[in-house]
Amino acid sequence: MSEKHTISVLVENHFGVLARVSGLISARAFNIDSLSVSTTEDPTTSRMTIVVDADAVKLEQVKRQLGRLIDVIDVQELREGEYIDRELLLARVNANGATKAQLEQIAKQFGGRIAHATAESVVMEASGDTKTLDRLVEQLRQHQITKLVRTGRVALER
Amino acid sequence: MPAKLKGAQILVECLQREGVDTAFGIPGGVNLPTFDALYQSKIKVILTVHEQGAAHMADGYARATGRVGVCLATSGPGATNLVTGIATAYMDSIPVVAITGQVRTSVIGNDAFQEVDTVGITRPITKHSYLVKDPRDMARVVREAFHIASTGRPGPVLIDVPVDATVSEAEFLYPEQIHIRGYRLQTAPELDMAQVMQAAEAIARSRKPVLYVGAGVIHAGAAAELAELAHRAHIPVTTSLLGLGSFPETDPLSLGMLGMHGFEYTNYAVAQCDLLIGIGARFDDRVTGKPDEFARHAKKIHIDVDPSSINKTVLVDYPVIGDVKQVLRALNAQAKPLDTADWLRTIREMRVKYPLMYREKQKLLPQYIIQQISEATHGNAIIATGVGQHQMWAAQFYQFNRPRSLITSGGLGTMGFGLPAAIGAQFGRPNDVVWDIDGDGSFQMTAQELATAAEHHLPVKVAIMNNQHHGMVRQWQDLFYEGRHAQSRLNPVDFVKLAQANGCVGIRVERKEDVHSAIEQAMHTTQQPTVIEFVVEEAENCWPMIAPGKPHDQMLGTHDVLEQDGGVPQHRRAEPDEESKLSLG
Ligand SMILES: Cc1ncc(C[n+]2csc(CCOP(=O)(O)OP(=O)(O)O)c2C)c(N)n1
Repeated sequence: MSEKHTISVLVENHFGVLARVSGLISARAFNIDSLSVSTTEDPTTSRMTIVVDADAVKLEQVKRQLGRLIDVIDVQELREGEYIDRELLLARVNANGATKAQLEQIAKQFGGRIAHATAESVVMEASGDTKTLDRLVEQLRQHQITKLVRTGRVALER
Repeated sequence: MPAKLKGAQILVECLQREGVDTAFGIPGGVNLPTFDALYQSKIKVILTVHEQGAAHMADGYARATGRVGVCLATSGPGATNLVTGIATAYMDSIPVVAITGQVRTSVIGNDAFQEVDTVGITRPITKHSYLVKDPRDMARVVREAFHIASTGRPGPVLIDVPVDATVSEAEFLYPEQIHIRGYRLQTAPELDMAQVMQAAEAIARSRKPVLYVGAGVIHAGAAAELAELAHRAHIPVTTSLLGLGSFPETDPLSLGMLGMHGFEYTNYAVAQCDLLIGIGARFDDRVTGKPDEFARHAKKIHIDVDPSSINKTVLVDYPVIGDVKQVLRALNAQAKPLDTADWLRTIREMRVKYPLMYREKQKLLPQYIIQQISEATHGNAIIATGVGQHQMWAAQFYQFNRPRSLITSGGLGTMGFGLPAAIGAQFGRPNDVVWDIDGDGSFQMTAQELATAAEHHLPVKVAIMNNQHHGMVRQWQDLFYEGRHAQSRLNPVDFVKLAQANGCVGIRVERKEDVHSAIEQAMHTTQQPTVIEFVVEEAENCWPMIAPGKPHDQMLGTHDVLEQDGGVPQHRRAEPDEESKLSLG
């Protein structure tokens, strides 16, 4: 059965590594839900948090195949409940004088804020785990979202 | 202060320190500095006709010697011509280092003349790859490349070198140590003794075990350890195509090859066994047929250096991850004689009951020719092949007794591999007899390399099974496409003239009584390649066969079918002597 898995991959911090990792996953016809990369406390390494849709057996394969890449130092699967995950969301939402207050209210409710505002729209900023942000997006849809970006998940074991 | 050297000089110096004596390739604009530095070194650089030939020669050299093969090409078309060869080596885990020229660093990405993204194109078909933009990185990269190519599960590594990195200078510091933090465990995975003990216990419990062996045993140099396990515990041994040679086929415990064109009795043995011990083999679909019915009564052990090959196609009960040689030693320390007498007797009965068969035809048969080559060389030659029926017949009818004696493209199935791979093997093992058993279709894909062999007076022998067809394709069309021969008939070619035009001896054989003398003539031609065109039966099919997706006990072209057709049993192996009959039960 196919489900979402979060894997955390520690890699060498040099060019071409992202292509190797994403190429390996896509060559196995897995869909990458999200992938985020940044350098770690050690500037010679980067950490990728990858969310993929896969069944358990195939996932095990991909983890091992990732481990086979020379530039990959460590591969870890983060299991539900054992990690903290966050993503950042930015959404431009249509707003007028009347709805702006409502949007401010929603932002507050989700621990976010209005990062920018014009006469016709606001840009909302919020961070949280995936499910929370999914709920936020649902609420924002009732106003009109004209542009939405999310960073994808970053995660750290507890 | 260490000496300053040009990047190309550092590259060549490092190749020499890796013990490279021969390399194969073609120069061009951006790799002229590299070729110039090689020209002034002790390394023998073999000019090939086509870069695909260079890659296959490096591959054949590596398969025959166990050392890293090296090929070189210029940027753009030179590099893309290597691609088939690199992919072939990758699929069969062969240690090759490919060194490609690249356009100047400052114009990379500009669609410069002869620029392609070589690292990008080869990413999925290399174990690892490098772009060396700075000559200061050159020594480390070359050192790492050879290390990675040849250790753990071997494979090709590509080094792409922009021309400016070969002409500018850097201090030459040879890195004595290698530090690749993402690779340490892959070279020497720590042996999990609990896994070993579980496998050993499963073996001790088994009454109907079969060892299923792949090329991993050959790569690990573990043929002796394998033989020890088989003999000590009385376990019969079957091999994949690439595993042929890891266990002598003259041994009474040898079951020969299993799988799609494996022996009938061998596939039955696999279908009936209670324990399948896979060693350095990857459960390829040509071996397993229908994966969930493969050895369906058996518990399965899988010993492999590469964790990602465990449970890839077939789920196993007892995985053991580690260096195959080390694991076999650990198992041998536990191994006791098993009570397999009944099992070995059953197998022996099946062997007698279900032999390989064929019926004589008007024209020559490839099977007969290969039997003759096997006899003339006592199973001690190095045999390279193309891909198709002739490849499967070579696997069936040549009796392989030594590791590194079959050089064939198993994973990628690359037609055109045979001749250049044979040439590479002959360069690596000048004192051995090297035959290329080829098909007319496969041979023509890289036939131009005859000129390379002739130039270097290599005594490579080419046996072309000329059936005027892409025979294996024709066979499938007859079996599965109602005989519609879509583009499987080949245009006639005069292979004797082709041979002679390239400076080789050319012989055509059409009659059975001339087969032996032609083979003898080739064996006695030591300063020139010999090409023998055997004009063979066009409609002959390769049997037995497991149709794709079918289980092992539902084969086509089995012995009883062929018998009705007038087939005659072929005893390809020497009859077991008295002592071995005993060990067979
Ligand atoms: C490069 C390449 N192209 C196509 C194929 C598909 N293919 C597999 S076997 C075969 C026919 C081989 O013919 P030949 O070399 O004459 O050998 P035969 O089967 O007649 O012995 C073909 C076309 C392949 N394996 N490799």
